[in-house]
Amino acid sequence: MTTDVNCWIGPYPFRYVPHPDPDVLVRVLARERIGSAWVGHLPSAFYRDPIPGNDALYAALEPHRAVLRPTPVVRPDWPKWEGMLRQALERGAPAVRAYPPQWGMGPHEPSMHALAAACAEAGVALLLAVRFEDLRQRHWMDSAGDLTAAHVRSIARSSPGVRVVVACAGREMIEEVHWGLTPDEQARVWWDISWIWGPPEDHLAHLFRTIGAGRFVFGTGWPMRLTQNPRANLDLLPDELRGVPMADGAEIAAGGGQRAHGD
Amino acid sequence: MSDSANGEPAPPLAGAAPLIDVHAHFFHAGCGRRDWQAVNAARMRAGDRIGITCHVASILGSMGHTSPTYFASPPDVSRGNDEMLAIQRREGARVRSYVHVNPNFGDHALAEIERCAAAGAVGIKLSASRRADDRLVDPVAEQAAARGFPVLHHIWQWRRKEWGNQEASDGAELGRLAERHPGASFILAHIGGGGDYRHTFAAVRELPNVYLDLSGSGVDRGMLDDALAAVGPSRLLWGCDITMCTGLAKLRALEVIGLSPEDMALVRWRNAVRIFPPGTFPSVQGGADAGDRRAHASVVGGAR
Repeated sequence: MTTDVNCWIGPYPFRYVPHPDPDVLVRVLARERIGSAWVGHLPSAFYRDPIPGNDALYAALEPHRAVLRPTPVVRPDWPKWEGMLRQALERGAPAVRAYPPQWGMGPHEPSMHALAAACAEAGVALLLAVRFEDLRQRHWMDSAGDLTAAHVRSIARSSPGVRVVVACAGREMIEEVHWGLTPDEQARVWWDISWIWGPPEDHLAHLFRTIGAGRFVFGTGWPMRLTQNPRANLDLLPDELRGVPMADGAEIAAGGGQRAHGD
Repeated sequence: MSDSANGEPAPPLAGAAPLIDVHAHFFHAGCGRRDWQAVNAARMRAGDRIGITCHVASILGSMGHTSPTYFASPPDVSRGNDEMLAIQRREGARVRSYVHVNPNFGDHALAEIERCAAAGAVGIKLSASRRADDRLVDPVAEQAAARGFPVLHHIWQWRRKEWGNQEASDGAELGRLAERHPGASFILAHIGGGGDYRHTFAAVRELPNVYLDLSGSGVDRGMLDDALAAVGPSRLLWGCDITMCTGLAKLRALEVIGLSPEDMALVRWRNAVRIFPPGTFPSVQGGADAGDRRAHASVVGGAR
């Protein structure tokens, strides 16, 4: 059953988001026939110290552990950050999240490379988000900007074992990254489809044809975005592409085979 | 449309009830895109799969190729309108045309309205080349009221600065135009098209001749609920603009919200039938009753 790799719980600092609660998410997933979700803690993207947010995430998801998989934050420029990664592994996280733009990190930040290497060694995926909201509607205090293609290329190249999942990217960025990586590097990067346009521009169809559906995973962006959007996009693919298998979050999570604490 | 396993045509993804997209665009050979025909074909293909009864569309000049999309030159405006009307003639009831006008060229704009109305246009696409509340736009709005043509206008939800390549307006600015012309209907474009839609809702809540189209790539959770709360289902119009996946997603979300079948019909097609000229949608017109038009007449007749 489908895994949604792009969910959060908790409020968003720049606008009201309706009921971003884990029990609501569980009901939404059931309604949309989505088996499980990788879930982050939305406010943590804007905290300096992510540890309290991670603690809140673990506690909130505990009653729903069969469906909601925690994807906590690991901030690699924080003292003793390795403890955050260790805790994530102990909690069975399928991936850990990092937010370089929100932390003021450029594309070639050494600590991000260290995190990538640690994730590779631990066999856990690294989950990045390009954006939370459309650039056209940013709050004036939200000055972080989008994750850039250069960030993703740099992280993917930094460690031969790192597996990177990028959420909320559009066609232009995906192509800029994909065709700027070696085949081996390309094979370790996956893209969620939550922000890719369907017809009439048919960006998703184009990417499936040129890059391959195997590089893409299902993601919604809940609670920021309508859960119905990626499914609608898949339903509107041209006939020859409809039903083409994408990658699956569960397989990506298991892909490393080196995890200290498997699920 | 795809066939199902038993050879029958697959049912439309959004159901068999009428569905009118009030915000569509097409391209032509002079738009500078080699794939223009493929993009047009993709709109019709996706429209069939969704179950769109009619695409109400415009071509904005050369779509940026020989003059800017939102500041199209008069020759480009006319060429785009000609090409749009040609698509309407070719596609029959599946496509209806807005006449696109650049209000900076007032005489040309009025002449285009006259010319294209005679050729079958059913509404006006007002270019974002002049602020909506500028007095220069008044003659266009007067023509709209006289002809019963709704005016679709590109809106930046809460415009807080000048954005490049357009002189965008926001809900408050379009609202001032709508207040001056209570006899015309205004379609406030794409609440999902960028900016702060909650500002728009507050700005136009009390303006009964402003209708909100749901199009745009934005699919924020809460946006549809807030739009319904602000203006109710009788002032929402379904549309896609340049992302049809988000259009389908919003239809599905409206079902989850729990709109009654009657309210869903308003959003899907009945409101459009009400505000466009009689006879615009022959394939669904039979389902509209005279009460729809009487209700509309009481709104745009200057009730405010």
